[in-house]
This record gives sequence, structure tokens and C-alpha cells, in this order.
Amino acid sequence: MAALDPIKTAVRSPRGGLSAAVLVLVVACALFAPWIAPYAYDIQNLPGSNAEPSRTHWMGTDEFGRDLMSRIIYGARTSLSVAITAISISVVSGLTLGAMAGYFGGWFDRAVTAVVDLTWSFPEILIALILIAIIGPGVESVMVAISIAYLAQFTRLTRAQIMALKNETYVEATANLGAGHFHIIFRHLLPNALTPVIVAGMLATGDAIILEATLGFFGLGAQPPTPSWGAMMSSGTAQIFIAPWIIIFPGLAIAATVISINLFGDALIEALDIRNRLRSV
Amino acid sequence: MISFFLKRLLLLIPVFLAVSVVIFMIVHLVPGDPIDNLVQINSSPEQKAALAARYGLDKPLYQQYAIWLGKALTGDLGDAIILRRPVSDLIAQNLPHSLSLGALALLFSTVVGIAAGVLAAIYKDSWIDRVTMTLILLGSTVPSFWLGLLLIMLFAVQLGWFPVSGARSWDALILPVLTIGLGGVALVARVTRVAMMETARKDFVMMLHAKGVPPWQIELRHVLRHALLPVVTILSLRIGWILGGAVTVEFVFARPGLGSLLITSLNQRDYPVVQGALLMLAIAVMLGTLLGDIVQAAMDPRVRERIK
Repeated sequence: MAALDPIKTAVRSPRGGLSAAVLVLVVACALFAPWIAPYAYDIQNLPGSNAEPSRTHWMGTDEFGRDLMSRIIYGARTSLSVAITAISISVVSGLTLGAMAGYFGGWFDRAVTAVVDLTWSFPEILIALILIAIIGPGVESVMVAISIAYLAQFTRLTRAQIMALKNETYVEATANLGAGHFHIIFRHLLPNALTPVIVAGMLATGDAIILEATLGFFGLGAQPPTPSWGAMMSSGTAQIFIAPWIIIFPGLAIAATVISINLFGDALIEALDIRNRLRSV
Repeated sequence: MISFFLKRLLLLIPVFLAVSVVIFMIVHLVPGDPIDNLVQINSSPEQKAALAARYGLDKPLYQQYAIWLGKALTGDLGDAIILRRPVSDLIAQNLPHSLSLGALALLFSTVVGIAAGVLAAIYKDSWIDRVTMTLILLGSTVPSFWLGLLLIMLFAVQLGWFPVSGARSWDALILPVLTIGLGGVALVARVTRVAMMETARKDFVMMLHAKGVPPWQIELRHVLRHALLPVVTILSLRIGWILGGAVTVEFVFARPGLGSLLITSLNQRDYPVVQGALLMLAIAVMLGTLLGDIVQAAMDPRVRERIK
């Protein structure tokens, strides 16, 4: 399939191959956690609490004696599902809003642009915190907060793509053949605008994992005993003098995942040759 | 220049109003009647109504907003439910800590970021460039709260050079500034490096080389001057992100500040404090962006033209 060619090129580059391998591992952990994890994530063993990494517990145990590696493997589920769901919602909404605004222009465009510009200058963390203040803490709230926090980015990018495309001759030709607005937007404009937005979405998934972990660290995300990388580190702060591994390993998991997403995204941008289209915003 | 400043300031008013509406609505959008948070259990409907009247909760929403905004503008943000103190006192107590942290982090990001970007561009493909590029990748991918915790473990717990947390002495600022700074340095260094390399290819630079101007003088006096424009642009766009970093880092280092105040009161559902802290943070981001725009306009006449 021709659509897979850029992905193949990206995987063949050194950084693309290495980062793809890490990402496959993380996704496998999330999908097959019960089979991969050596222990259940919620089994407590108080006499064995805060144990340092050993042959029985490769990454040590936390303050309740729970196996840290198992919790990190299960934690991949929380992080990935929240980040991917949130960004998918955000990308689809951004594509729709941006395409309509860019194509129709007029008051709708002005309204969308005004809201996008308004949120643009505020950091995502502040937007997410405002939303969580309204809907209350929890995994679902974090998902909603992240998807809205990144909406401006995708709307802006799609709008710019559509504005550049809508004056092409083929669009005029299609319109002259009697095609309706929605046919033109969804069958002709969006497919051509899709690639940069999806790659931007992939890169934003990395940022979303960090944002999810940060909110989890604040105690506003997944509630115990559900393992989440951010929340694990926040409970580790109380043990920072005696069990630093509770903080080190979940952080390594986040860093490895996010660095891999960035490196693979970068390799993909190179393979697709779309760096300029992403920069135009 | 003054007319540019006034126009940018006027443009902030609708933004401020929109943000204040959202923040005002927090209390009304959270599940449950705000009055239920104030009354004692088993109070009669008459007592409830009396309390609603006292807090103005019986008025239409737009009137409540107008009253709330009017009070907020005169510095009256209500009383904290848990801490039982005026919110404005809490903010006055925490704001200086956030301001010093944010300003120092911004200064550090700018100075170190530009220096790293210039060195990486001049010594392209050398080890300096590679170290800078690795730092850029780490700075934009490592969660800042984790970096903060690692710095605490290394420099405060193991080596004992700096305090673990709090803000009792000046050296408690160093680790938080470094933590926010890495992300900022990464951003500034990346833009500086690319801008330096793009400028170095321009005709006037070739001309300077042909005239025999020493290379270091070309890089620092001519190339850097042009390269600074995109750096200032990105800083003015992203100033909010650096200030937002302070929210996270204050919490990690258990430092007093608006960020800590916000997170703590969010967890305690102390909404008047949440509103006050969010409003102050939003104002800080807006003023920071304004400052960036002004610096940009002072450096680049084209920006001044555009707004007219």
C-alpha cells in the first residue's frame, strides 16, 4: 500500500527504527498488561514495602509493597488510553472546525478564529486546570481537559491547510461540475489536508502523555489504586529519601515513550517531506 | 510606539472579559448548587434563601457576574472556604514567590538558550552542537516535574547542596529555576540555532566575509542581531508556557506561590481561591504576552506597522 510507504521509510532510518521499537513495546505493555506483568498491580505486601530493585522485583516495590514494574506496565494503559483518546477527539473536532472555518469564511470563521486565538496564548496546563476546576478531577475529566486544551492547535493547522487548498483549480472544477460544499470539503479538501494534521496529532500525543502525568501528579487524574505514571510519582515523593526508585522508573517510562514519539514523528515528517506545511502555522 | 502599546492593551480587554466569564462560571458549572456548599445541613429553605440573598446568589447570572467582576477589579475576591481568609490576602502572600520564580526562569531560559543556540550554530556538527541538540530533545520531552524530582534527589538529598523544598532562603530558588529553565532553554536554543544558520546564508553575510571582517564579529554583531527577531517572536508567543511551568514546579518543590495555591485549593474544592488564583495566572500570562509583543515591536518596525 502506497500510504504505508512513508512509515516504512521512517522505520528504516536509525532513529525511526529504534523509536518504533520502543513504541511497539509500550503499546504491547498497555494491550497485554495482565500477561506481561509479573504481579497484579494492586496486591499489597506491607512487610516488603519500599524494597529496592532485586531479582524478585526488578524495579523494587512501592510504599505498600506493590511490585513497581507491574504497576508501570499497567500504568501504560492509563497513560496511552487517556492521551490517545483525548488527542483523537481533539484531531477530529479540529479537522471539522478548521475545515468549516477555512472553507466558508465569514462570521463563522471569525468566531472560530477569535476563540482559537484566545486560547492560543494560554499554556495547555492552565486551560486543563480551568476545565478540571469545572468538571472535577478524574480520568474522564483529564481526557476532556486535554482534548479541549489541544483543540486550538489542530483547528488552526487545518484552517491554514484548507485556506491554501481551496483556491486550487481542481476545487473550482469540482464546484463547476455541481459538487456541493460538503462533498468538496470531505471528499477533496480534507484528504489533502489530513497528513500534516495527523502527524501533528501524533506529536501532540507525546505532550498529552506529559500533561496527563502532570495532572495525575497533582492528584487530579486517575484515583488510587488505578496505576498511572504521574500519580505513582506523586506518592513516591513521600519516600524520596528512602525509595527513590518509585520516582525514577515511572519517569523513565514517560521520558522513553515521549522521546520515542518525538523521534518517530520527526522521522515521519522527513519521510513525508511536510516540514514546511507544519511550520506554516 | 506608545500608540502600539495602547492598541495592544485595548485588545487585551475582550480577552480579559472572556477569560473572566469562564472563571466566574466555574462556581455555577460545578455539580450542585453553590449555596449547598455554604449552608449547614438541615437548614430550612428560609435560611437558605436568606444566605442566598446575602451572597447575591438569588440575582440573575449576568448581575452576579457584574458584581463579582466589579469586586474582583477592586481587589475583593471573596473569602476562602477552607482557609477562612480573604482570597486577596492569600494571593498577595503567594504572588511575589511566583513572580520571582517566573522572572528568573524567563531570564535563565533567554540567556542560556541564546548562548547555547549561538554556539551550536557556529560549531555546527561538532560535539557542542550534538550536546545542545540532545539537551533540546530532552528539554522538550522530559516532564518538568520528574526533572525537578531528579534534581532534588541528586542535589538536595544526596549532595545536600540546596534545600529540598520551601522558599526560606535564596538558594531554594536555584533548583526550581533550573527545572523550568531546561524546557525554556530547549525552546530558545532550537529557534536561535536555526535562525543563526539561516541568516548565515544571506548575501550581506557573504559580503562581510568578503570585506574581511573577523568571523566572530560577523556572528555576534551581524548574524545574531538578525537571528534574534524570530527568538523574540517565539518568546513572546510562549511566555505563557514558561509561566505555566512555574505552576508545576512550585508544587513539586512545595514552594509557596500561585501554582501551589491553585493545585491545593483544586484538591480541596475551595472554589473562591481557585477562581482568584486562575484569574491572577491568566492576567500574568496576558501581561507576559503583552511584554513580549512590546519587545518585539521595539526591535522590528514591521511589527509596529502591521498593527496599524
